[in-house]
Amino acid sequence: MNATSVALDRSGAVATIRIAGDVTSGSEAELMSGFTAAVDGGARAIILDFSGLEYMNSGGIGLLVTLLVRAQRGGVRLLASGLSDHYREILALTRLDEAIEIHADEGAAVAAVEV
Amino acid sequence: MTISEETPPQAPTSRDAANWAKPVDRLSAQGVSGATVDSVTGKRVAGPLQGFGQLWQKTLRVPLEGSSMSPQEVIAIWKERFATFWPEGNRFYAPLAGIVPGEVALLDASPMPGSPIKMSTGVLVLYADDESFTFMTPEGHALSAWITFSAYREGNVTVAQVQALERTSDPLDELTHMLGANRMVTEIWRKTLTNVGRAMGAPDPVVVVEVVCIDKRRQWRHAGNIRNSATLRTMRHTLTAPARWITGRR
Repeated sequence: MNATSVALDRSGAVATIRIAGDVTSGSEAELMSGFTAAVDGGARAIILDFSGLEYMNSGGIGLLVTLLVRAQRGGVRLLASGLSDHYREILALTRLDEAIEIHADEGAAVAAVEV
Repeated sequence: MTISEETPPQAPTSRDAANWAKPVDRLSAQGVSGATVDSVTGKRVAGPLQGFGQLWQKTLRVPLEGSSMSPQEVIAIWKERFATFWPEGNRFYAPLAGIVPGEVALLDASPMPGSPIKMSTGVLVLYADDESFTFMTPEGHALSAWITFSAYREGNVTVAQVQALERTSDPLDELTHMLGANRMVTEIWRKTLTNVGRAMGAPDPVVVVEVVCIDKRRQWRHAGNIRNSATLRTMRHTLTAPARWITGRR
């Protein structure tokens, strides 16, 4: 099992949370602190960049739901980028793709926010 | 002459790929026997984002004090004998292939405390590995939920856990939830974990329950989920049973 690594990059009202390693229910503290820091910093759109994601189980998907609910509650737009085909399928299977905007890469996600 | 065999390049496979159900548009309960009503086939899955009511996270755990079983052993037995751990009054019809990703199980459960009517519905096995498995509910189920069953080590003790992320599917189910079904569901999981604890060799299992309302708002845009309600369909099926019996139709 690899540790979850979360890095925050903020530019104006858009923040990118770069997620690397494994995402499981044990990743809650890292993901939530990244999200809170982004919102506290004034982000109105948050891109979750999964380019470095190596593994995600159902506990990890559960965390994404919690993030989504928090984002919806706070009026924050949530986007995802860098997902492999496998994880795109998982988001479709779980119908999370109905609530998270999915883009091929971070650049496309940033462009979608700026439109 | 040397013949070289080249395999075409393939996209790397994620190490959790085999643990997830394959993408499916509509569910099929063909792999289940024993249930009299199949209200799942043809339905889509519906998670917490597609539900109507308040969003609850329920975490119930039982330390298996006195048991020498590893988390992997606990999960293997839990998967194999899942139906036997359910409390009395509820029926779980496991898929013939077992609790493996992509399989559908059917179940009969009370929609609310004291109800003589059983709601017929089911679940999709969304994810399964050696230390956990997750169910996701179909449209029509009283709850739009993910429920994860897992086991892990805490010090020298194995802990069995149920974690549900659930919201009711429609306004009728939300009403029954407020009238006691919410506590009833929590009690089902508490009794299940007690049964699991005893079966795993813990003589006096004590279940710790943590219930948190993550989102108090109701999602009115999903109020129309009531058109798929298994609660309503089962009520109608039960109430019209005498008429069907008299006319000889099932």
